[in-house]
Amino acid sequence: MFFENVKIALRAIGANKMRSILTTLGVMIGVAAVIAVVSLVQGMQYKLSEDLQSVGTNYIEVFPDAGEGRGLPQKLPELTIEDAEAVQKATPTIKDFTPLFMTNVETKRAETHHAVQLMGVSAAYQDVFNHWVDRGRFFSVLDAESKKRVCVIGETVAEKLELGADPVGKSIQINDNGFTVVGVMEKKGGSFGQDRDDVVFIPFTTAESIWGPENMKRLILAFQMRNGSDLDQVEEQTTEILRTRHHLKKDQRNDFRVLAQEEILKMISKALTTTSVVMGAVVGIALLVGGIGIMNIMLVSVTERTREIGVRKAIGARRADVMLQFLIEAVVLSGLGGGIGVAGGYLLANVARLLLKRLLELPPVHTPLWAIAIAFGFCAVLGIIFGIYPAAKASKLDPIDALRYE
Amino acid sequence: MSNGNGNGAHLIEMHELTRVYQLGPQEIYALRGVDLIVAQGEYVAIMGPSGSGKSTLMNIIGCLDRPSAGQYILDGTPVESMNDDELAAVRNKKIGFVFQTFNLLARTTALQNVELPLVYAKIPRAERRQLAEEALSAVGLGDRMNHQPNELSGGQRQRVAIARALVNKPSLLLADEPTGNLDSQTGREILDLFRDLHSRGNSIIMVTHEDDVAQEAKRVIHIRDGKIAN
Repeated sequence: MFFENVKIALRAIGANKMRSILTTLGVMIGVAAVIAVVSLVQGMQYKLSEDLQSVGTNYIEVFPDAGEGRGLPQKLPELTIEDAEAVQKATPTIKDFTPLFMTNVETKRAETHHAVQLMGVSAAYQDVFNHWVDRGRFFSVLDAESKKRVCVIGETVAEKLELGADPVGKSIQINDNGFTVVGVMEKKGGSFGQDRDDVVFIPFTTAESIWGPENMKRLILAFQMRNGSDLDQVEEQTTEILRTRHHLKKDQRNDFRVLAQEEILKMISKALTTTSVVMGAVVGIALLVGGIGIMNIMLVSVTERTREIGVRKAIGARRADVMLQFLIEAVVLSGLGGGIGVAGGYLLANVARLLLKRLLELPPVHTPLWAIAIAFGFCAVLGIIFGIYPAAKASKLDPIDALRYE
Repeated sequence: MSNGNGNGAHLIEMHELTRVYQLGPQEIYALRGVDLIVAQGEYVAIMGPSGSGKSTLMNIIGCLDRPSAGQYILDGTPVESMNDDELAAVRNKKIGFVFQTFNLLARTTALQNVELPLVYAKIPRAERRQLAEEALSAVGLGDRMNHQPNELSGGQRQRVAIARALVNKPSLLLADEPTGNLDSQTGREILDLFRDLHSRGNSIIMVTHEDDVAQEAKRVIHIRDGKIAN
């Protein structure tokens, strides 16, 4: 009986193709919008939780922070490697740290040039950022102590400088200083418009010897904590120590900022969730309108097919049979709209990602099964809610009147 | 055919049957006490001018409508106080309708049209198909089963409708002006088919206003002013 009804519904829908398409357009657009937004947002969430996992949660960064334009800018705040050492010494829960000296450089290999971000870091970098060397080795404490001209490069740099399959041991120029490549980092991929494999690491000490100590005074400091440390406590302690070292008076604000990686990612994640909830609500209204469209056309269909209903009743259809027939037709109609909508939404998300590529690198689209299931479920419920009135109307028709209907 | 109690030989028994319509404050009597007995296997024509109550009587015989008062026993089953779903079941199993305008479902093949009563009788697919094919072959449409109504002539459509009416092996074939929309030649063929069905034991009640069509039946009942006139 059920399959009979689905067949009947498909036949009735097929008989009025154009009308059926226009009717379900509302549902289609609604579902497509939901799926597109959810797919894009989920792709970002997915990326974020991946990032969160790879960085780990036992990790804080400290930035120099001049504050936001209150009065004249005093001298730029400093954050030095001595600060980092002092914090580590005084805080037993901090396991290790690395300074981050960042600057843009020109790399060269034979006639091939490539502009890239350079990071001067300590040997602890790998462990602190949970970012490991893939081929060759990372530079060691010994390399750092003797200020060796060695570097570890990202995958993108290896490609751009055409270093071939095995870059380890090859020489490159960084701002006209000769360096030897000792390792290639594991691939991290792009994240929110930034290629994290387009980077060169050199020992912090080597950087200091090239750029001079006066350029090593506004560093970013990354601290790795021991497992199970209290994040708030470490933040507090770090703040305390730095304030003392920077001779800040009680009423003076911090000239640095402490950020836990976890907090940043959680903040972004929360913002994304809010976005999708708001979009969901807007789209819900679109679906409501689509549902009313379905109800409208079902009412028309019942009127048009009054005679058919009369015939069916005359040959033995009970009220429930007629009701079920029209209800299933409404559900099939909205379900078809939903199906096309899901496919369209997935397409839309991918197209949007491609079109935005120049402006903003978005992570790959991720369409979760639950979103598809919810979209279909919602369509089915929509079909039932807006189909029930027309179906009840059809089932209540008097067979004599219905047979006489012209 | 009869699963009846009491007087099993009677297909239809009506006593003092009335049907009153309430039209605002006015009561309109469509039927004013009809007594009618039709035996199993009879071929009866019902005639009468419009407004005579002929259609109302046919609707009640066909279990599409209920009498206001009186008794109606169809094939041994009292049906005057059944609810809608029970009446639907009776229509499905005991009555085969043939309409003036055929009333086949559009965009639906002859076979599917004939299968429809069996769908509502919840008969399994394979058996349904077989019964429908047999019914279509019996009315001479064995080679037209997969045609849709708009690909068939009027006479062929009426044959499909007759096959649909007979497929559930009903107690009664109820025809409302079955030749009204056909030319006289095709009408003749349909009446021949009815005669053939009657000779094979089917009970037929046919409503008509044409004398020569009514003459086909073995008994003619005239309705006038809501009563049986003869």
